[in-house]
Order: sequence, then structure tokens, then C-alpha cells
Amino acid sequence: MTEHSINVQALRRAPAPRVSAEGAALVADSLSLHYDGSAAPALDRIDLAIPRQRVTAFIGPSGCGKSSLLRCFNRMNDLIEGCRISGRIRLDGEDIHDPAVDVASLRRRVGMVFQAPNPFPKTVFENVAYGLRIQGINRKRVLDETVEKALRAAALWDEVKDRLDDSALALSGGQQQRLVIARTIAVEPEVLLLDEPASSLDPISTLRIEELIYELKTRYTIVIVTHNMQQAARVSDMTAFMYMGRLVEFGETDTLFTNPEQRQTEDYITGRYG
Amino acid sequence: MTTRRRSVRERFGAGLRRQGGDALEWLAAAAAALALVAVLALVALLTVRGLGHFWPGSLKALEVREGGGATESLLGHVLARRNVPALQLREAGLAPGPGPEQRERLLLRLGNRDLGAPEFRWLLASDIVEERTPPAATVLERSEWGPLFAYPLALRDDGTTLVAGDGPALRTALAEALAATVQAREALRALEQGPLAAASAALARLRSSADPRVTAARERLAAVETERRSLRRAVERYTLQVALADGQRVEQPLATVLRAYQPNALSLPARLGLYFSQLWDFVSGAPREGNTDGGVFPAIFGTVALVLLTAVLVTPLGVLAAVYLHEYARQGPLTRLVRIAVNNLAGVPSLVFGVFGLGFFVYVLGGEIDALFFADRLPSPTFGSPGLLWASLTLALLTLPVVIVATEEGLARIPRSVREGSLALGATRAETLWRVVLPMATPAMMTGLVLAVARAAGEVAPLMLVGVVKLAPKLPVSDEFPYLHLEQKFMNLGFHIYDIGFHSPDPDATRSLVYATAFLLVALILVLNLAAVILRNRLRERYKSLDT
Repeated sequence: MTEHSINVQALRRAPAPRVSAEGAALVADSLSLHYDGSAAPALDRIDLAIPRQRVTAFIGPSGCGKSSLLRCFNRMNDLIEGCRISGRIRLDGEDIHDPAVDVASLRRRVGMVFQAPNPFPKTVFENVAYGLRIQGINRKRVLDETVEKALRAAALWDEVKDRLDDSALALSGGQQQRLVIARTIAVEPEVLLLDEPASSLDPISTLRIEELIYELKTRYTIVIVTHNMQQAARVSDMTAFMYMGRLVEFGETDTLFTNPEQRQTEDYITGRYG
Repeated sequence: MTTRRRSVRERFGAGLRRQGGDALEWLAAAAAALALVAVLALVALLTVRGLGHFWPGSLKALEVREGGGATESLLGHVLARRNVPALQLREAGLAPGPGPEQRERLLLRLGNRDLGAPEFRWLLASDIVEERTPPAATVLERSEWGPLFAYPLALRDDGTTLVAGDGPALRTALAEALAATVQAREALRALEQGPLAAASAALARLRSSADPRVTAARERLAAVETERRSLRRAVERYTLQVALADGQRVEQPLATVLRAYQPNALSLPARLGLYFSQLWDFVSGAPREGNTDGGVFPAIFGTVALVLLTAVLVTPLGVLAAVYLHEYARQGPLTRLVRIAVNNLAGVPSLVFGVFGLGFFVYVLGGEIDALFFADRLPSPTFGSPGLLWASLTLALLTLPVVIVATEEGLARIPRSVREGSLALGATRAETLWRVVLPMATPAMMTGLVLAVARAAGEVAPLMLVGVVKLAPKLPVSDEFPYLHLEQKFMNLGFHIYDIGFHSPDPDATRSLVYATAFLLVALILVLNLAAVILRNRLRERYKSLDT
């Protein structure tokens, strides 16, 4: 218990992240988040710059705030009653909390894939076309092209090209998760937020998702939350380690895993707690 | 005391555990079986009593002992046999004489309502001297005065005898004459409703007699009248001379006869054919003789129209209310209060809804509509009197809680992840609701609708105040603009049961009709429910939940 509090004190001297704000897609600026009914903040003054077209992983023990932080980037936390946010988040230099910003269009620019696959109870085709139809795009040719492109990009096309009119719920879990990714990239976002995208999948499906992330990073800025450190090490370029609502350490994945600056990071990645 | 109670509980609990919950399982199974048996027993009772009504039973010719040694001849259907204590008979003023304490009594339907004698009569079985089933005994179903039970003697055409005797020749001639009469009757009705009505209406429109078209219209009307007279002569041409059970001779015009048959001489296929034909007449015909005879089609039609209209009104209202309560309203004491109020609405006696419907819908809303749109017809009301629209609205209000509760439950079951998935793609809340949430909640809405339909179809009390009548002259749907006449009064199966069962001048005559009508109502509710359930299961298959 004593050691624990000392560690928290030590966090306050954490060095600033090394990525400069200019090359970043998303920048969090002293971002704090409180949920109603809990005294401690879920996020405590986070400063972070997420580089463009790289994979950034958030790791940390359960409840450290990594998912909360991810959900800040597309303002998904707006849906939770009694959730207060202070500080700023900028997407390409634009404050996403600015009253002039339309949340729906922000979410089109910052797509999100959730922990468990959540396809709509519609056909495979309609799932992928959903985001386009929302934007009022209903031309058959455009939809066909975009759906195929998105499914190819999500490495799902070959498996479902003959089943486009079947219910998406008939697909396997791994296929469903790739379908959700296809659905997200069909609206051509700039940033992809992945919230433990493989946590409910078997090892083979997980591997496919990881390969997909690797391919997608050439076009998208990807932020992935994972509780699996091997996964973070495999897929990410940058890694942020969080603990109890604070950002403990943020840096190149190789450096962070081989030579962490903070003792807490080292304890976590070597499995001493968490 | 304490130790004993504990030991009992322990023993019971141990028993439950040891037998893997067998006691509880049996109890639960018994409860389920009880429900099933109750429903099946009710349906069986209604089926046997109701559908038995149309079975052409044999006509019995009975010789019955009278006071003073004389006997009386009777001809009729035996409707029921019952054992009655002799004491009860003595108290009723009858003298059953010495003998066993239980006496068998028969309920006899004698028909011939127009000929003075009572149509239904209880007899003591011990008074019957002789019982026969004469093959010549004939049932003449009539559009007035109920059936005539008699022995045909001769068929007459305008007073001249065509065929006499009781052989097959008379039967054939009777069938032919009846067919010709029925045909003429149909033609007459068509003429009266079509050309005759049109011709007199045309004449009525040409008010001034100076109009040159008046003469043409008068001629047209006269021509139609001539045709009508000749058809009427064709209808009234034949009479059948019959002998009643006591030998009295009666002339029965075929004009009012609907059907003639010899129940004692029928083969089984002929009997079955007659049975289904009578059943069909009941389902498809209009009531006669103050609802004691004829069919119930207007009541079936009125019930279906009422239920469908109620469903159409209650679904959008209930779904929107549930969507607001669950999706938009901030959850707090106020929404809780609204929910409690909605649930309590389901407990309000239905008659109170009827009173509200009469006071608010009929008098206030209907009165306003009349003042605004139908002022030329005042003071006679159009929408300002009870009618189909107000009855549907009243029932919609009555069934609103079930739709709201069921829809809200359905909305609550939709996983948050699916909503978030839609929002994360840039859909607004309204788009998410419309494209994902509502379609997924349709099975729940259908469940609510099933319950609402069942309740609406079975409701009677509020309807008496807001639009149901004993006998509606017209169906609420016609080929006249605007086709659906929402302001009209209508008939209803539930009310029909109440009316013929408890307001009939002759309860013996309508008892089995009550069962038959109740059977129809239950069957109708079953059909409506089944349709909704099939639709719901299809939707459920499509939107089955995402539990992976």
C-alpha cells in the first residue's frame, strides 16, 4: 500500500512525450475526465500526441482509463450521463469540443471498433453500406464499389463475396469483427480507434485482425487499446502505458518494452502486477 | 415450536435438493397443466355446445299423457335431458306422482312459434307414452317466426294443388318450388336495392314537376314497379299445406321459407352437408328475429373492423410514447411517475374508459367536429354520437399501457453496443433510432400488439357507451364514398353474446347461439393472435439478438 502511493507520487514527474504536436493527428491537452459518483478522476491531466499513420497502443491494467481515453477521441463519452471532461483534444489542430463541431461528422472522421463485434441485424452488404446511407449516399454503383473496397481492405471480401445478402449475424465472431472494421473504413475516417478489438476472438481470428491492423496503418492513424502486451508489442509503433487514470509513459514501442524509463512500466510489462 | 418448524423446512429443503428440485418441478408442471386444462375445457365446452347447435337432429313425434287420461301429440327436437329431484317438481306445482326421487325431464323444441303454443317445453320422461321418428316429418326454416315442424300434405300454386300425398313426388316438387321462390326472392331484393332505389332517387332529385325529364323518370319508375310486382307474385306464388302434430292443417307460404328438409330421412353425407351449410349461414348471414335467429356476420365484421382500427391507432401512439420514455426522457422521478401512471392505466376498469370515451371523444371531440365540418346536418349528429371511430379510440387508450410496456422492454433489450456502433459511424440519435433500434424492437412491439388485440377483441363494457348496438342497419364499410364509415354504429361479437344471452325474449332459443357466438369470438381472437405471432416470429428471426 505504501509502495503503491509512492509510485503514484512518482508519476507526477513523468517526462513529456517525445512526439511533437506538429506531426500528430490527435493531441490531448491536459485532458481530465470525471464520472458522476466517483471521487477520483477516471483520467487525470493526460498530455498525449498521437502520430499520424502509425499504430499507437494503450496498455495498462483494467480500469486504468485506457478505454475512457479512447472514447474521448470520438466523443463517445458524451452518451454517458454525468460524465465531465476538462482539457482539450485537437484533431488536426481543431478542438473537437468546439461548439461549432458537429459530433456526427467528427465520428465519421474518427471511426471506432468496439470490444465485442456489434454488426447490425442486417445483411453483410447493408452493414458496410450503413455509414454511406446515413450520409444520404444511395446510388447503387457507388455503394457496390465502396462496399467491395471496404471489405477487401478488411480482408473479408473473399470470404463473404457470395454472402453479401445473408444476415451479418450468421458470420463467425472473427468475420463479424472484420465486418465491423470494414463498416468503419467504408466511411473513410482519418483515425481508427480500436477498443480491444480481438479480446473476444480465438487466436487465429486475433492473428488475422493483427495482420489487418498492420496493413491498415499505411492509410489510417490507428489507436488500439489492448490488455495483451504481446499484441501491443507486435502491432504498435508507439505505446502508452496508463495507470490509475494517469499516463505513466509514452514512447516508441521497442524502447518502452525493452528499456522502460519508469519503474511502474517495467513492473507491469514484466508481469509483476496488473 | 421453533425447532419443529425449522426441521420441517429443513426436511422440505433437503427433499428439494436431494431430488434435484423435483417437488418444485411438479408444482410448476401442475400449474402449467392447470392453465392448459382450463383453456382446453373452455374451448371444448364452447365447441360442443356451440357447434352442436347446427347439427340437424332428428324430429321426434311424441305421444304425451295429459291430465285426465287424454294424450297429446307433439313434434319437435329433444334439446336436453336432465335429472331433477321430484321435490323440486312438486315445489314447482307439478304432480310427478309417486316413484323414484330423481325424475328425467326433457327440453323439447316444438317450433311453430306463430301458431300459439310455446316453442320450448319441458316434459317428464315418464309422461311419454310413445316415441317415433317419422320419416315424413319436415323442418321448414323460415325468415320469420322461427322453424315450422310439420308433415307436408300438398304443394299449391296460387291455390291450385300441384302435388299431394307424402311421397317423394311431393318432396321433389317442394324442392323445385322452393328453388324458384329463392331465386325470385334474390331477384326482388336486387331490384329493390338497385334499379328501384336508383329510379326513385332520380325522381326525388328532379323536384320541379315542370322539368321535362320528370315524365321520363316517372315512366322508368313505373316500369321498375311493374317488374317488382311480377317478381313479388313469383315469390308469393307457392304455398305448402302441412299437417301439424295434432292434425291441424296450415297453409305455409313458401315466400318466407328458407330451407326445407326431412331430418329423419337424411343420410349421413346429406346431414353433414346440411350442417356445414347451416354453419356457413350463421357465419355469413345477418341476424333475424331480434337476433334470436340467423347469422352473426355483421358482428364478426364489426369486431374485426374495431380491432384492426384499434391496432392501427394504438401502435404508433404506444410506440412513440415508449420511445420518448426510454430514449429521450431524462430518467428520474418524473419518468418513474409517468411509468407508474401508465401501469395504473392498465388497472382502471374498462367501463371507466367507456365513460371517458363518451364524455370526451363523443361529446367534446365529436361535437367540435360536427360544429366545424358537418354544421349543415345539425342538430342531428354525425361524429357527435357514439360510433366506430370513438370506440376504436377508447379501446386504443385502454390498450395503450400494454403496448408501451412491451415496447419499452424491447428497447431496453437492445444491446448498447449496437447503438454505439451506429453512433460511431456518424449517425445521429434519430438516425440510429430509426434505422437500427426501432427495427430491432419490432418483435417486442408485436408482442404488445398481440396482447392489445386480445384485450380489445374481448372487451364489451366500454363499447356499450361508445358505439356498439344490438342491430346495426349497415356495415361500417360500403362501396359508397368514403367507403369506411367511421361515424357509424356497429355490432360486436362480445356484445352480441351479452345481448342474445341475457336480453333475449326467449333464452331457451338463444342458449346454444350464445355458445356458438362465444366459440366464434374465441376463434376470431385466436386467428388474429396467430397472425400477429407468426409475423412476430418472422421479425424475431430477422432481428434475433446479438448474444454471441
